[in-house]
Amino acid sequence: MKLDSKIPEGPLAEKWTKHKFNLKLVNPANKRKYTIIVVGTGLAGAAAAASLAELGYNVKAFSFHDSPRRAHSIAAQGGINAAKNYQNDGDSVYRLFYDTIKGGDYRAREANVYRLAEVSVNIIDQAVAQGVPFAREYGGTLANRSFGGAQVSRTFYARGQTGQQLLLGAYSALNRQIASGKVTMYTRTEMLDVVTVDGKARGIVTRNLVTGKIESHAGDAVLLCTGGYGNVFFLSTNAMNSNVTAAWRAHKKGALFSNPCYTQIHPTCIPVSGDYQSKLTLMSESLRNDGRVWVPKKVGDNRPPDQIPEDERDYYLERRYRSFGNLVPRDVASRNAKMVCDEGRGVGPTKLAVYLDFADAIKRDGEQKISEKYGNLFDMYEKITGENPYKMPMRIYPAVHYTMGGLWVDYNLMTNIPGLYALGEANFSDHGANRLGASALMQGLADGYFVIPYTIGDYLAGMNPSTDKVSVDHPEFKKAEQEVMDMTKKLLSINGTKTVDDLHKELGKVMWEYCGMARNAEGLKIAKQKIKEIKADFWKNVRVLGKNEELNQSLEKAHRVADFIELGELMVDDALARNESCGGHFREEYQSEDGEAERDDEHYAYVSCWEYKGPGQEEELHKEELIFENVKLTKRSYK
Amino acid sequence: MKLNLKIWRQSDASASGKLVDYKVDINPEMSFLEMLDVLNEELARKGEDPVAFDHDCREGICGACSLYINGRPHGPMQTTTCQLHMRHFKDGETIIIEPWRAAAFPLLKDLVVDRSAFDRINHAGGFVSVNTGSAPDANEILIPKTESDEAFNSAACIGCGACVAACKNASAMLFVSAKISHLALLPQGQPERERRAENMVAQMDAEGFGACTNTGACSIECPKGISMSNIALMNRDFIFASLTSKPELKVSEGA
Repeated sequence: MKLDSKIPEGPLAEKWTKHKFNLKLVNPANKRKYTIIVVGTGLAGAAAAASLAELGYNVKAFSFHDSPRRAHSIAAQGGINAAKNYQNDGDSVYRLFYDTIKGGDYRAREANVYRLAEVSVNIIDQAVAQGVPFAREYGGTLANRSFGGAQVSRTFYARGQTGQQLLLGAYSALNRQIASGKVTMYTRTEMLDVVTVDGKARGIVTRNLVTGKIESHAGDAVLLCTGGYGNVFFLSTNAMNSNVTAAWRAHKKGALFSNPCYTQIHPTCIPVSGDYQSKLTLMSESLRNDGRVWVPKKVGDNRPPDQIPEDERDYYLERRYRSFGNLVPRDVASRNAKMVCDEGRGVGPTKLAVYLDFADAIKRDGEQKISEKYGNLFDMYEKITGENPYKMPMRIYPAVHYTMGGLWVDYNLMTNIPGLYALGEANFSDHGANRLGASALMQGLADGYFVIPYTIGDYLAGMNPSTDKVSVDHPEFKKAEQEVMDMTKKLLSINGTKTVDDLHKELGKVMWEYCGMARNAEGLKIAKQKIKEIKADFWKNVRVLGKNEELNQSLEKAHRVADFIELGELMVDDALARNESCGGHFREEYQSEDGEAERDDEHYAYVSCWEYKGPGQEEELHKEELIFENVKLTKRSYK
Repeated sequence: MKLNLKIWRQSDASASGKLVDYKVDINPEMSFLEMLDVLNEELARKGEDPVAFDHDCREGICGACSLYINGRPHGPMQTTTCQLHMRHFKDGETIIIEPWRAAAFPLLKDLVVDRSAFDRINHAGGFVSVNTGSAPDANEILIPKTESDEAFNSAACIGCGACVAACKNASAMLFVSAKISHLALLPQGQPERERRAENMVAQMDAEGFGACTNTGACSIECPKGISMSNIALMNRDFIFASLTSKPELKVSEGA
């Protein structure tokens, strides 16, 4: 298979500008003749749907939630990066590009990342114009803070609820287009298949989550803005309903899935407390601006934190990484937390936690200032744990948070299926092997507001909007509908002894143990076998009650978990095929003496692109070589 | 801890519903929704239909979860149901769990209601009309910190509907006023300020929400502490708009 990333020629800083000029345009009178299907209405989807409707396209937008405002983008806390250099501290588009490429451990495309940094500044302008209430200084200008992996302050924020405010901004833009009639919004509607006709994406099959009705929708292009797959681990910081189904079913229709093993384990989450736990809660990385991470120096030191004197504490991030200290990137912070816990120096009842201590910051700035910055996070911590972080250090531990892998897309965000696009966390393109904090919001909005509105025209201009129409009566739609109905029928008829959650938890445990924060070949082989067993067990023993023609939450979950199991297998294959450590993918066999990740640029500076070959078949690996013309690949050091 | 639950069960919008008794034995560190997960797993194992309820982020921010718990929206603490923990209940206690009750929130199944009326109110004007790409530099318009903070406080609404559920008239004034105030407090919201208030209030009425009698239950029960002062600001904008509303001018666009 030939993969064309369509990266424009020319100097890095001019690529996007030139490309925009070279893209074909659709004239305003013709735009109304096209229908674009947008699946998922979080940051990327809502931004894309609104922006495309503003241009004059007809948009059909789909969300499995009861309202677009529920999308999990809403839970992003800390902020959004942009190379505004409002702080006069040496930031620039190039520096944001450089930090992101380096943060991603040199496993992302230079051109994509540069474009991301370039449009980051427009996102802030757009959000402010929509009425997003970012934090401000007394003089009325916008405030910034710093985040992991950067030595400048370029993160814009709205208390600890930046994702909420940005999503509500995109939601408001979407609402305006719904009111204008350019967007038709379908809520409580879940996509269960992509339909291709003559090799092009022409529509989707959906299930109405209230009535169970299976329906087809046709269009001229399909955008998947359906988020990440962190819930493959069962326990993650993702929302309960976040799932991989849209992306996975597209994969089974031929879309390549890239870098599935790149998962981000976020260092600052509230530790697991029992098996009943349904999800993990993130404490924003911004807390590492003022909080100091430590564990006792002695193994098995069970004294309460306030009785451990200063010289018996190990502020291990400050000790090991002098220049970045507590603000090292997420993968580094997570791995170090695991290391000190593996040494037996973990704290709290499970010993799988480290302290995040604000005592010094409170002494320096006063409780009020700290409360202004982090009040809602401290409250949330107290509600969940029953402990007051103003008095006692927080206990934190890494948890699955974000997935850098996703559907393969070219520079235009199009997958290898013509007319099928993937935006935001659903694609693989911008974060390499590790995403920097405050860059997810940036990428989702960049894709939706400022990339797809330009690139989609180039594809649509090549179609004749009058003669190239496909209706939902086309046999391919009927076939896809039938497949969805058959799968649903099968799930409902097994009537075994295990609940969907039982099987999902089994899968999650295997993924976390063998394909989590650290992996090795031996463990991955065990995982592969175990997942095969879980898959067989699922299709033999799952119990899904009720019927299709009703609101049936077990059935929704069953569809999603069936896909997570298959994805789990592919993640393991990908992790096994990548014989190096990079970013979120840490293979224990490939580390330096002091435990730092060791990349192998000679053999692995590529994007893995997996092709589905049919049920039960091994997937085929294709490679997109990464070419670095502007940055020199160095050992990522934060010391 | 052992609990007796009385949960509203109703198979669909047209069926009649009733409170059904269940018993659970759970860990007090669980969240309220994890307690319901435990119940649902037990029901599924016994071959009984699990209780349907809306939920998603379980971090108190998406606004999907609801539930009327012992006569109070989101239960006894000022938080969302997903952030309510069982340590706030007593061993042996009976807990009554019902859906939001309001004519404008029709029931879909068990504890799930349809809150799309909130979306439609937002369609009527909960936005600033600015197309992608036409924004000035973000620091071009200075906004005093205090005003920006105030706007944030209003914008923090999560759209869960607890205000409606708490109100004896099922009024949506707190929800609608939070959006109107958020935009009215910012310079970007000024050009459409009056029209926004008129249109959103008209849609709120059309959806069948009740009137406000300033009881204040909405604000007390709001998990995000949205203030009643938003309602005062909305009323001011609404009255001002109705006194000054002009017919739309027809302007020729020229050649």
